[in-house]
Amino acid sequence: MSTTQSSAAEEEGGRASSPVAPASGGPGVRVASPAASGSPGSRESAAARVRKRLSTTTASLVAIVIAALWTLPTAGLFISSFRPEQEIKTTGWWTMFTDPQLTLDNYREVLFSANQGQLASYFVNSFVITVPSTVFVVVLAALAAYALAWVNFPGRDWVFLGVFALQIVPLQMSLVPLLRFFSQGVTIGDVQVLPAWDLPGAFAFTNVWVAHTIFGLPLGIFLLHNFISQLPHSLFEAARVDGAGHGVLFRRVVLPLIVPALVSLAIFQFLWVWNDLLVALIFAGGDVSTAPLTVRLAELAGTRGNEWQRLTAGAFVSMVVPLIVFFALQRYFVRGLLAGSVKG
Amino acid sequence: MGFSLVEELPKLLWLVIGVAGFLAVIGVLLFFVDAGPKKTKTEWWQAALFLAPALVLLLLGLVYPVIRTTLLSFMNGQGTSWVGLDNYVRMFTQPEILVVLRNTLLWVLFGPVLATAIGLFYALLVDRRRFESVAKSLIFMPMAISFVGASIIWKFVYAYRPAEADQIGLLNQLIVWFGGEPRLWLLETPLNTLLLIVVLIWVQAGFAMVVLSAAIKAIPDDIIEAARIDGTSVWSHFWNITLPSVWPTLTVVLITISVQTLKVFDIVRTMTGGQYETSVIANEMYAQAFRYGELGMGSALAVFLFILVIPLVIVQMRTNRRLREEQR
Repeated sequence: MSTTQSSAAEEEGGRASSPVAPASGGPGVRVASPAASGSPGSRESAAARVRKRLSTTTASLVAIVIAALWTLPTAGLFISSFRPEQEIKTTGWWTMFTDPQLTLDNYREVLFSANQGQLASYFVNSFVITVPSTVFVVVLAALAAYALAWVNFPGRDWVFLGVFALQIVPLQMSLVPLLRFFSQGVTIGDVQVLPAWDLPGAFAFTNVWVAHTIFGLPLGIFLLHNFISQLPHSLFEAARVDGAGHGVLFRRVVLPLIVPALVSLAIFQFLWVWNDLLVALIFAGGDVSTAPLTVRLAELAGTRGNEWQRLTAGAFVSMVVPLIVFFALQRYFVRGLLAGSVKG
Repeated sequence: MGFSLVEELPKLLWLVIGVAGFLAVIGVLLFFVDAGPKKTKTEWWQAALFLAPALVLLLLGLVYPVIRTTLLSFMNGQGTSWVGLDNYVRMFTQPEILVVLRNTLLWVLFGPVLATAIGLFYALLVDRRRFESVAKSLIFMPMAISFVGASIIWKFVYAYRPAEADQIGLLNQLIVWFGGEPRLWLLETPLNTLLLIVVLIWVQAGFAMVVLSAAIKAIPDDIIEAARIDGTSVWSHFWNITLPSVWPTLTVVLITISVQTLKVFDIVRTMTGGQYETSVIANEMYAQAFRYGELGMGSALAVFLFILVIPLVIVQMRTNRRLREEQR
């Protein structure tokens, strides 16, 4: 984990120390290396300086073009979501700048009216699916990672290797059998070990929780193990001498120290579950009682692909929460990315 | 019947009960960890309590299913009788599924390379510039959006209106401005698959950019300084210094995106539903197993996907480990 912290720190450091153009550089133009006064490059010819400045300007322009390409599609959809239905369907969103007409009707309808989407209910579903799936994974992964790092038992390394290897498994491999567990229960031979989970109403969320927890665990354990196993030995020896057991150690010593890693994992799992479509399609069913936003939106895009007033506003309803989480906690997110926490 | 808060209450209540119940169980478990036998050499009791919840879930939810799915792939549609290699033979002979395999190949060929290249290029462009963090956030933002949301965004870009009407999609409008005819982009094979790949690139370039940017910043200053004094050109600096330095990271990024690409499902399903010859393995697996009830075929596709992923992940884990050891 130290590598992660160091590279994250380097990134932040790099950002902070990025050279601010001194007077000679001109506004907005980065002083490319040797041109800085006092360095050997100060003897450079005027032509070379001009060429250098041109190349940084070109670089800026290219960067701006790419950034525009990346931002415009989202901006277009965002602007459209505030335009009246008739306008969205007949004119491009760029006409908004010459003929501005804005309304919140799209949002009101897509959120609350039953035949337009009723996304507010699906929003609640997304929330109810995501929060426990995140909590379960973070807690269970922390417990398992702790045991795999600091509890003494034979075969520990083998267990870790097994969990590690499970990261390879695409979740497609387990969809069919796992769904069968829920619909038919578990039988060994002819003995019913676990009954079928035919859960009514809100209890049906339990299926999705369990599925998401299972799929999140291998990566979660791996990520936290990286972190926990690098805590100093002395920490544990001191506490053991005082007679503290593993339970106390975990709660009082380890947990407070691994908070940043827990936050990283939580963000990943949260975004992953909130944005997931496949697991939800299979384990949450398709109706308003349990299906999350992604399922509903995919359905609207398929059956009512030209109802752009719903799709534009709906897409943004589904994006609000991840975007807030993302921008508020970007630092942890980046740190997690650099630690290799991308779900396989 | 519209939205009413009262109807949502049971869900929220179950959410609270679920989380509280779970935490209570964990609390009890932690209590028993210390209540058990102490000061033994092998800490079986503690290990069991800490590990059991996760391991039971993994065994039931991943290990057993992998075996079961592999077995199912040698069985018929209902999973009732053995059919040997039939499903695999069909997979490589049936024209519809061959199209699926061809599309998956297109995805893996274009998606990861382009996303990584753009990410690297952009990371270099904005490196150590004053607007760096804002510029990075703009490209990184799509990472937070679901593939479903991203698909809707791009479906809107590709939207079509007949030539005589005003265009509402950005792409067709650009074509019209340059004097072309608007087209139904998502219906034209194999162009539509490439347009779907654009969505993946749009999302993944940000990931590549962030990780590679960190690698670029990790290049030791003395190397950069030495090159500077030698007065190397931008190009030779890139080929001789930047690229070799970030190469291991580049491999990891490339493979990570490749694995994601192999499993791409949401984009295809949301944009075309797999119609117009755009289906890929993950989408076809879902369709076969859960829509057509062809469990055998669906499982065979899942196994094939698994086989494709394995070598990639092994290379990735190796490179990752080497990277860690180097930096330590």
